[in-house]
Amino acid sequence: MTTPARRAIGPWLARNSWVGPLVALLVLYVVFSMLAPDSFPTAGNLRTMVRQTAVVGIAALGMTMVVILGGIDLSVGSIVAFTTVAVAYLLQAGHGPIAAAAGGILVAACCGLFNGVLITGLRVMPFIVTLGAMGIIRGAAKGLAHEQKIDAPATWLNDLIAELPAGSRWQVLPPGVWLLIVLALCVGGLLRYTRFGRHIFAIGSNEDTARLCGVHVQRVKTQVYALSAALAGIAGLMQFSRLTVGDPTVASGLELDVIAAVVIGGGTLSGGEGSVLGSLVGAMLMTEIKTGGTHLGLANWVQEIITGVIIIVAVALDRLRHRKGLGTGG
Amino acid sequence: MPDPRLQIEHVSKRFGPTVALDGVHLSVAPGEVHAIVGENGAGKSTLMKILSGAITPDSGTVRLDGAAYQPRDPLEARRRGVAMVYQELSLAPHLTVAGNILLGMEPSRGGIVRRGDLHAAAGAALAQLAVTAGVITRSRGAQTPPDAGYETVSRRIDLDARAGSLPVAVQQLVEIARALAQSDTRVLILDEPTSSLAEDDVRRLFAAIRTLKSRGLSVLYISHVLEEVQEIADRFTVLRDGRTVGGGEARAVPRSDIVRMMAGRRMDQLFPRSAHTAGDPILELDGVGGMVKPAFASLSLRRGEVVGIGGLMGAGRTELLRVIFGLDPVRRGSIRVAAWSGRATPRRRLAQGVGLLSEDRKAEGLALSLSVADNTTLSRLTGLGPGFLVWPSRQQAAAARWVERLRIRCRSGRQRVSELSGGNQQKVALARLLHHDVDVFLLDEPTRGIDVGSKAEIYTLIDELALAGKAILIVTSYLPELLGICDRVAVMHRGRLGAPRDAAELTEHAVLMEAMGQA
Repeated sequence: MTTPARRAIGPWLARNSWVGPLVALLVLYVVFSMLAPDSFPTAGNLRTMVRQTAVVGIAALGMTMVVILGGIDLSVGSIVAFTTVAVAYLLQAGHGPIAAAAGGILVAACCGLFNGVLITGLRVMPFIVTLGAMGIIRGAAKGLAHEQKIDAPATWLNDLIAELPAGSRWQVLPPGVWLLIVLALCVGGLLRYTRFGRHIFAIGSNEDTARLCGVHVQRVKTQVYALSAALAGIAGLMQFSRLTVGDPTVASGLELDVIAAVVIGGGTLSGGEGSVLGSLVGAMLMTEIKTGGTHLGLANWVQEIITGVIIIVAVALDRLRHRKGLGTGG
Repeated sequence: MPDPRLQIEHVSKRFGPTVALDGVHLSVAPGEVHAIVGENGAGKSTLMKILSGAITPDSGTVRLDGAAYQPRDPLEARRRGVAMVYQELSLAPHLTVAGNILLGMEPSRGGIVRRGDLHAAAGAALAQLAVTAGVITRSRGAQTPPDAGYETVSRRIDLDARAGSLPVAVQQLVEIARALAQSDTRVLILDEPTSSLAEDDVRRLFAAIRTLKSRGLSVLYISHVLEEVQEIADRFTVLRDGRTVGGGEARAVPRSDIVRMMAGRRMDQLFPRSAHTAGDPILELDGVGGMVKPAFASLSLRRGEVVGIGGLMGAGRTELLRVIFGLDPVRRGSIRVAAWSGRATPRRRLAQGVGLLSEDRKAEGLALSLSVADNTTLSRLTGLGPGFLVWPSRQQAAAARWVERLRIRCRSGRQRVSELSGGNQQKVALARLLHHDVDVFLLDEPTRGIDVGSKAEIYTLIDELALAGKAILIVTSYLPELLGICDRVAVMHRGRLGAPRDAAELTEHAVLMEAMGQA
């Protein structure tokens, strides 16, 4: 006997890929809370985890768009490092924090535009272009910083994702985390409620169909890479805030964490699928494992193995979910 | 007559409601070249798939040299000595000629490939085709000629040339050599082997076929081109609607009789057709030529009429629609849509009210992983919310309208298109053109691979669109459909579009003759 309600849950699950990772996130939270009942399930620890997710989370918003488009961006880590250097450089040169932040994000967006133009103009695979860009941008950051950290005068930029001082507890979360939430709503809305967003899904699902339907395929692609890099720039701002200096060697390998977050959240590298909520849950899940592991006193290498296992299991389960979802279609 | 090499009796195959083969019979003697002719959809490819082990028949028997033959998969077919060379070449372009010929059975010792043995075996296989092979040594740094790896004068194939660098005709010989090398081949099946060959290459292929024939090999030769059939084949069999309808000595039967058997008389199909009144011209082609195809096409399409383009596969009909829609460049001539001329892109064409239904709905026509609603509304997302916004509820409502109007069977507009049946997928692709509210419908094989019920519904829809003043240009390979639903029909042959004529004046026989260049 299948009631209408039961019949509807299969397709609903197939459409909402973030449900599985969210369940995993909550289950792990309960598990860690039971294993480390004194330190893990505290409000303070929860805030710390959210703060630590800000950098990967914001970058994952952009990567979600790129992955839905059917592309990939390996230069995210380099863009984050370049942004920290650019922001520190501008602050050191006497510019105000707003100008420095805007300058950093603009530089990042230009890096993305560079990627997008090369991918669409030369028709080279995004993996190759952004692999090259990863080296180019990292090198440029080191050159700009003369291969050392750039100190910057202290401004409010340093407080973006710091623990809130006693007097500002009414804000609940530091401004950087609020920014993450607002940006997530913006990107989620963009994907769901705008023509641009529907075009991103269409290109990722079938580029030929999109072209047949009059979508400006190349233009949309270029814009997505630029937008994604701008978000990586904002992530870079968060990274700067944490470091309080410009460091051209920071965030190396970050792009893999970001891609992992998107993939755990239901994004498929062949395109057409992915969600902002899923990517954020994926980013949270990875922070949770690291934090929980630390609280339990697990060695770093154990945490790394667990994270790797989670990535593979998440994607394997996602495939299974798909087959189930399709099965109910007949 | 000697005992038959291959004997096919009462073979039938159904795909759901469609009967692909209905009691087909034919027999082939050793050393005989037997042609199988029939129009598109007559069941030729289904029969070949049965022989090559890709599918199994529902009923009937096949005997190979007197023994029951029912391969479960292509590998078993190969082991029994039945090899098939498909129309699309399947060589590994990065491997060498010798590597391709012996792919999967490289002579080796302890896992190390023995290059000398490899060359000897590959050379022997090519020798069966009356082609000499060797290793052509070139001085380092010498300019590679355009058809590297093949010496035209001595007709030698370089065994060390990369397969992808060879001309198509030579690749085809390599492919046949592979079929010969990999097993003790008794029956060789060639599917439309000359479709991509130039005249010279056809000669070379025929020479190879004659050599094989003299060695006692049986060849099943599938082709549209009756001249070639009469030149190379000993006997022929005509398939129509999945049945064997005739056959005989290839050279003894006049060509027009063969065509008559192919077309035949059918049960009267019910095609809804009201009296259409043609209005102003809306799409005008003047001597249009593309990159290779179409070569030359002139046509005036008027509002309120249905014009069909007939022709064989590969005649350039799909290419013509692509050029009109701006997917491929126009090289010669001009295209006018109402008042617009000038460079076309799909985006502009859609803005001008021209829509294309792709022949390949899976690869091009639909975004399969997206929902019915997304696919229906993709080309026109405007008006589904303020400004650049798209409200999913309005998108669903817009799609629901077409789901109901076209009776698309799906759970809801949120269902993925990949979960729908072929007929319903095609309706979704059509719904997109309707949602876009185009004036000119370019429909490429709109009923290919869909069930009879959906076909009838699509015919009715086309009739209603014409009555509403839309202009419809249809490419179809199904002759009854071409003559049944179109007001005028033009036939394309080797890239050139003939003059359109009233469908009422045409017969299937006349269309086929023209499509084969016999008019």
